[in-house]
Amino acid sequence: MPTPHAVRAARFVADSDRAHWHDQALWFVRVKRDRMAQSLPEWEALRETAAGIKAHTLSRLGDFLEQFEERAIALGARVHWARDAAEHNAIVLSILESHDVKKVVKSKSMLTEECHLNPFLERHEIEVVDTDLGERIVQLAGEPPSHIVLPAIHKKKEDVGEIFHRFLKTEAGASDPKYLTEAARQHLREKFLASDAGITGVNFAVAETGGFVVCTNEGNADLGVSLPKLHIACMGIEKLIPRAADLGVFLRLLARSATGQPITTYSSHFHGPAAGGELHIVLVDNGRSKILESEEFRRSLNCIRCGACMNTCPVYRRSGGHSYDATVPGPIGSILGPARDAKKYAGLPHACSLCGSCTDVCPVKIDLHYQLLTWRGEIGRRGLLPWSKTIPMKLLAFVLKRPWLYALAGRIARRVLPLVPRWLLYNRLNDWGRQRELPQIPKHSFREIYERRQRQSQ
Amino acid sequence: MSDASASRSEILSAVRNRHVPAAALPDLTGAWITFPDRAAHFAETLRSVGGTCVDVAGIEELRVALQSLEPVAAAKKVYSALPEAAPSTFDMAQVADPHALDDADVAIARGEFAVAENGAVWVTDANLKHRVILFIAQHLVLVVPRNQIVNNMHEAYARLRFDGPGYGLFLSGPSKTADIEQSLVIGAHGPRSLTVYLLDGSA
Ligand code: SF4
Repeated sequence: MPTPHAVRAARFVADSDRAHWHDQALWFVRVKRDRMAQSLPEWEALRETAAGIKAHTLSRLGDFLEQFEERAIALGARVHWARDAAEHNAIVLSILESHDVKKVVKSKSMLTEECHLNPFLERHEIEVVDTDLGERIVQLAGEPPSHIVLPAIHKKKEDVGEIFHRFLKTEAGASDPKYLTEAARQHLREKFLASDAGITGVNFAVAETGGFVVCTNEGNADLGVSLPKLHIACMGIEKLIPRAADLGVFLRLLARSATGQPITTYSSHFHGPAAGGELHIVLVDNGRSKILESEEFRRSLNCIRCGACMNTCPVYRRSGGHSYDATVPGPIGSILGPARDAKKYAGLPHACSLCGSCTDVCPVKIDLHYQLLTWRGEIGRRGLLPWSKTIPMKLLAFVLKRPWLYALAGRIARRVLPLVPRWLLYNRLNDWGRQRELPQIPKHSFREIYERRQRQSQ
Repeated sequence: MSDASASRSEILSAVRNRHVPAAALPDLTGAWITFPDRAAHFAETLRSVGGTCVDVAGIEELRVALQSLEPVAAAKKVYSALPEAAPSTFDMAQVADPHALDDADVAIARGEFAVAENGAVWVTDANLKHRVILFIAQHLVLVVPRNQIVNNMHEAYARLRFDGPGYGLFLSGPSKTADIEQSLVIGAHGPRSLTVYLLDGSA
């Protein structure tokens, strides 16, 4: 039985043209990232510094959270604390209800995605419009984002054309990105003008100032919160950094790693509410303090959600974000997923070739592939692996522990395998036989050849 | 309320009870990148992100340049923070509701300083009655003193103080998106163009 990820990935690669196109689209972003990283001689020093700042922050997170709260309140903001997703959603709803809000615009926030805020608010008859173009596309399509920076990367322009034709009345068959973007601009402008409140995520919150920074390319966060009087900013507690000057380090890394831009178009610094407005900040734990406890996985809280590990991951690129069935997909998602629900996401750490490319690109130096390997062991120990992985592994362990058996098995395999009919090797029960061919079987093992040469040279 | 403070203390004690090893806060001094010609690098980087950079020798030259800038010449509704260089077509002080700015064609605002490494300009709402004008206008013009260009973001933050309520942003290029098949489209929600004037002998 393959893992749920493998089942969904198989569906994705069944359309091989689309799978290839997806792979190339992400690789294109990865190449842009490389160009940016290479243009800065201090790139490695920046990554080192960023990781150091995060390590320090996590070691004193309680102090920084309190300092942030105190400063934010002094600036006129209201600060709320939520232990989990349900509490977060209830807080946001109560703020909206107390202002009699019926329509909300929201800029990109993986946290509200993680908390499933949209369906919750919709159940309470509040309209939520995602204003990031990619997010709006998947919202209209009734799908979750498939990537944390490029939410609609799995959609071709023809798909977007169809969605817009249905919902925005664009011309049938139109697929020109310029035309479609213009249609979305007009449609969303109306939504911006009609909204009673704006919700944003937070990229970085600064403990010493009580302010926070939101990064977008489209300007949708700023437009969304500077028309209505009410701004709600939702953030995980790991978004904190100690000093405003630390922003210099992170803003230099974020967009270069994410999309290969030198900086996002808009990097907006909010300190207190706008004149005459109201600002609420919701601090959310939702499992983060539990991750903080773990020596192995703590560093996953360094993540600044740049998406670089996804763009570079050979598995992500070829299986699509939806195959992970998690709010955050890809390498980092395969670490955060099992931390949230080890049983449901038991297969994700195996959706990895351990190539280490994610670790190489991560701007905050998370040792992603080591953590994925650690999770594999952990999931095995907890007995959560499917038998398709456990039985072959037990068998392999049994053989590898016995050198005589290993040698014997090899000798038999070299004789027998070339004679085995294809249907026995490449069938439904053998996952490895799909899209793979056995190599030419050599007549002799390395050990046999080595021993013979030793004998000859004596 | 009691429930709210319970969540607060629970989260704080949860993060405090974890045994996280101490780690020193890194020092931020470093051999960060510098440029022999900051203005030239700024202009080139801004161009690469879809903006335009123009040098002007003084207010008079700026006035002439603005007159012939296409979006300004075609505009019906203009907001200008530099009346000495270009007039506003309406009185911002009389605008009570920011929604009324939806039909603004051009906004002309001051940028405090520019950053060579990434083509960004630091802009605040200090003298703007409605900050939405920066995002809602169809075209944006920023005027930055030519002698106020820093090399990199570390130098930028060394200049900034956040000791009271306020809003500011690094703005780099026009509003853009690549959410449809990675093809770059300028003019997502905000301004469809950004022109930055580097003003010499600054006013
Ligand atoms: S784990 Fe690293 S590379 Fe992946 S999204 Fe987070 S910061 Fe970016």
